[in-house]
Amino acid sequence: MSLGAKKGAYMDEPLIFERSSKGRNGVEPAALDVPGVVPSKVIPKGLLRDGLDGFPDVAEIDVVRHYTRLSQWNFGVDTGFYPLGSCTMKYNPKINEEAASLPGFAKLHPYAPAEFTQGALRLMYELEGYLAEISGMDAVTLQPSAGAHGELCGLLMMSAYFRDKGRPRNKIIIPDTAHGTNPASSALAGFTVVPVKSEGKGLLMPEAVATVMDEDTAAVMLTNPNTLGLFERNIKEIAETVHRKGGLVYCDGANMNAVMGIMKLGAMGVDCVQFNLHKTFSTPHGGGGPGSGPVGVKKPLAPFLPMPRAAKDGDKYSLVSTSPKSIGRMKSFYGNFSIMVRAYAYIRRLGAEGIKKAAVTAILNANYIKEKLKGDYHLPYDTFCMHECVFSDKFQSESGVSTMDIAKRLIDYGFHPPTVYFPLVVRGALMIEPTETETLTTLDEFIEVMKKIAEEARTNPQFLKDSPTTTKVGRVDETRAAREPVLRWRENGREP
Amino acid sequence: MEFPKDLKYTKEHEWVRLDGTIATVGITDYAQDSLGDVVYVELPPEGGAVTKNEPFGVVESVKAVSDLYSPVSGSVAEVNDAIVDSPEAINEDPYGDAWMIKVEISGKGDLSDLMTAEDYQKFIEEEK
Amino acid sequence: MPYIPHSDEDVSRILKTLKHKSVEDMLGVFPEEFRIKGGNAPFGNLKLPKGLSEQELSALMSELSSKNTRFGEYASFLGAGAYNHYIPAVVRALTSRSEFYTSYTPYQPEVSQGTLQAIFEYQTLVCQLTAMDVANASLYDGGSSAAEAVLMARRITGKNKVILSAALHPEYRETVKTYLKATGGDISEVGEALYCTEEGTTLPEAVEAVCGDEPACLVVQHPNFFGCLEDVSALAAFIHKKKGLLIVVVNEAVSLGLLKPPGELGADIAVGEMQSFGNALNFGGPYLGFMAVKSSFVRQMPGRLIGATVDKSGNRAFCLTFATREQHIRRERATSNICTNHGLCALAAAIHMVSLGAAGLKDTAVLNLSKANYLKEKLAKIKRVLPSSGVSIAFNAPTFNEFTIKIAGDVDKTLRSLLGHRVIGGLALKRFYPALDKHLLVAVTEMNTREELDGFAGHLAL
Repeated sequence: MSLGAKKGAYMDEPLIFERSSKGRNGVEPAALDVPGVVPSKVIPKGLLRDGLDGFPDVAEIDVVRHYTRLSQWNFGVDTGFYPLGSCTMKYNPKINEEAASLPGFAKLHPYAPAEFTQGALRLMYELEGYLAEISGMDAVTLQPSAGAHGELCGLLMMSAYFRDKGRPRNKIIIPDTAHGTNPASSALAGFTVVPVKSEGKGLLMPEAVATVMDEDTAAVMLTNPNTLGLFERNIKEIAETVHRKGGLVYCDGANMNAVMGIMKLGAMGVDCVQFNLHKTFSTPHGGGGPGSGPVGVKKPLAPFLPMPRAAKDGDKYSLVSTSPKSIGRMKSFYGNFSIMVRAYAYIRRLGAEGIKKAAVTAILNANYIKEKLKGDYHLPYDTFCMHECVFSDKFQSESGVSTMDIAKRLIDYGFHPPTVYFPLVVRGALMIEPTETETLTTLDEFIEVMKKIAEEARTNPQFLKDSPTTTKVGRVDETRAAREPVLRWRENGREP
Repeated sequence: MEFPKDLKYTKEHEWVRLDGTIATVGITDYAQDSLGDVVYVELPPEGGAVTKNEPFGVVESVKAVSDLYSPVSGSVAEVNDAIVDSPEAINEDPYGDAWMIKVEISGKGDLSDLMTAEDYQKFIEEEK
Repeated sequence: MPYIPHSDEDVSRILKTLKHKSVEDMLGVFPEEFRIKGGNAPFGNLKLPKGLSEQELSALMSELSSKNTRFGEYASFLGAGAYNHYIPAVVRALTSRSEFYTSYTPYQPEVSQGTLQAIFEYQTLVCQLTAMDVANASLYDGGSSAAEAVLMARRITGKNKVILSAALHPEYRETVKTYLKATGGDISEVGEALYCTEEGTTLPEAVEAVCGDEPACLVVQHPNFFGCLEDVSALAAFIHKKKGLLIVVVNEAVSLGLLKPPGELGADIAVGEMQSFGNALNFGGPYLGFMAVKSSFVRQMPGRLIGATVDKSGNRAFCLTFATREQHIRRERATSNICTNHGLCALAAAIHMVSLGAAGLKDTAVLNLSKANYLKEKLAKIKRVLPSSGVSIAFNAPTFNEFTIKIAGDVDKTLRSLLGHRVIGGLALKRFYPALDKHLLVAVTEMNTREELDGFAGHLAL
């Protein structure tokens, strides 16, 4: 390690392995209060490991400083505005974190006898009910671990539903604006993906669905609002088209923040939807999870829900696994419980009024940004948007500036970039989702900075290409990472 | 951007050169430029069969992945292993060092349905 | 309104920009038939409880939490894939840094170097622990990681047949079956022949009986669900001879402080549950699925991978790599549909592991082994006085910190009676294995004091 000058708050910090000094003590385990066993006396030598090469020996203070410094190289919702489209990076309430860490929740074993888990089961039971009410579905499973896991769960239920009818179906219709997880989950569930294009105004048209819908097609899988941030107003007609041929409608609920409390997906003909608790219901993203992806279904799909589920009998709660048609289980145990605790706390804090106000405000904020920026950035779909708006780099590309340059320049102004280059149907897309938890002051500052960047793109494009300059590292060479892969540290290995 | 006149082109952006019964296949300058830095290429084994208009391999950049379509049918006579180890050659010299496979063609080797350099240039102008 | 900061004036300003007279006016863009009716317009039409103040919410959550039994109040011998280990205070302190927990998946590497470096280190730790070449950035949990491993083995081998040891966690087996159901599940289980043996392990002969000529993989848990140590090398030799892959599942990661790692036992893919490091019991989740493989399989791996590289000035930097395997690029041809994984759980595990270090991890493993062994020996000595009393160790194979006992009396009665003494006496196996109706799976960790061990043995002896 070099002892050169440090860069202030972005202190240099080596890999934890490079901090290791043999024999240095970290957090030592408890002392033995029973006779110590010599492992080779009770386990055959051939089953014992010789050593643990490379594991670091570091002091507790090394560990604390290491991760504290690393954390400072990260940008989170608590650091600043995070308008990452499709990801709903709303504020993560601190009371939720406190609730999830209560010992009655955090220290509860999944196989503890039911009479000792009544609080947890009640929470799960009630949360299922709240999610059903919000979405207009008849039943909910809390089991899936994330949005994509929820999609898979829903698709497996649909597959089972058609097999149960004695007429398996093998196709899923997916619009070109869909999240990548939709086709990936469909393939995993054994379906062939039939793509369908959205028409000129960015919406899915019933006629387009009708031309590909047939009796081998299990479902149409759409997102409402869609990934352009537009409300699929033809959804009911689409649903009727699909239902007429005996098919089902899956809605990717990733964008539920725009509709909750205002409209119910159930009223639009949706048969199955997954909730992303880590988007809509304020649970943190954790730098890439854990999330939680419950799934709501209409009655015909309910027998296929994964098991077990929380049930209530009188004032007693239990877990039940008795459903002969159930698809089985999506994971070990019951789902990401501590994420459910946070989502439950969020819903109870907001209540009916707050849930609706959150959606309304998310829509207000996205439209405000859209209106304010549409002269400066190309807006491919100039229409009322929902919780997010999608611009492109068309104007800026004339001076050689790309979406990536705009995104990186935003970092220097203290904002997290929007989602870039998605959805694929917009070339050079910049997808902005402000959420409802930002103040108008923050929105105005962001708008001002975006205008300034548009100006810089005209006057000094190189400035954008050199950004970011205020971060721990400059633009990262992702090509080298792929061409010369270094996926782990090795002692005496090539310097990563 | 270059489009050598002695090559024929496909709509999937491969080029092909026929020398006797051997067809040499690669991707075009336009294809490598659209992909960006190529980081990985997967080619069929020597002796394997390829079919006209069917995928024979995969080329990847950091953020995109693209199937390679064969402009001819036949069996793979030679594979350019050098580009598997150094895929950057595909960006640097797509018509030269970075040829991908040589195919011993079956049948007559009629390339008349493929585009000339001029047609291909028009085709990509429209595609933009 | 909580978390929604606009004043009435703010809302008016926005509405003016949007050229709408009111919120109701704006909501008029939506078809009337979809709108939620009733209630007090414009807000509050859902049938949900009224919102609470933070103080009221805090009280409600405490009340719900207090209805659950805490580990501290009972001596618990529950394990079975969820282990009660001591989590050093640094883990919570550091994972509570909101720069970690309020950030998204690190798609923008310049503002995510903290997460990226931490997970790169986690990948390295998993490789070292398992003696495998490459580890991914995490999967959901033990069950789904087993399912992903099986799908991966099918892709690599181009074969369908999957063999599951019956001593693989029953919920993992169910998860694998769910994942495979729609795509044609050719699954065989190595059944009764296994747990009816005295060893309690997966016998190569039993595998052979169901294997056929074209196995894609054999999935075996080590230590297995009964706590027994498997002869993994023998199973590896067998399945490799059949040109299938060996998937080793580990769900008590602390065992790797002592036991020979999967990579040295012939595993092609190692997966499982790493909840034991840094992650609280949380009534079953979120936990931490891990996956580590041989380097030749990296392009068939599911999930995110972080690689080391440089920035434009040549400084060390990290970023997501091999992303073309993933759903956002390869869509229906991706290696998996996984997007959000369990990054924060992986961070917690990494912090716990480095806090212990190699020596601390080994000491922890020895501590677990010693305590489990102490109880095992005590239980084995319980004499059978009456036909309805007595305890025996169910299987002969060596064990780590979990083992199966067979009791002479009624299992449910015994568990109830133990509860009366504030002891949760383990898991009754008949829940998953009807034939093992007198069997209890008993886990002992460093959290169980000698007093608890003595008490448990004492109550069972009565």
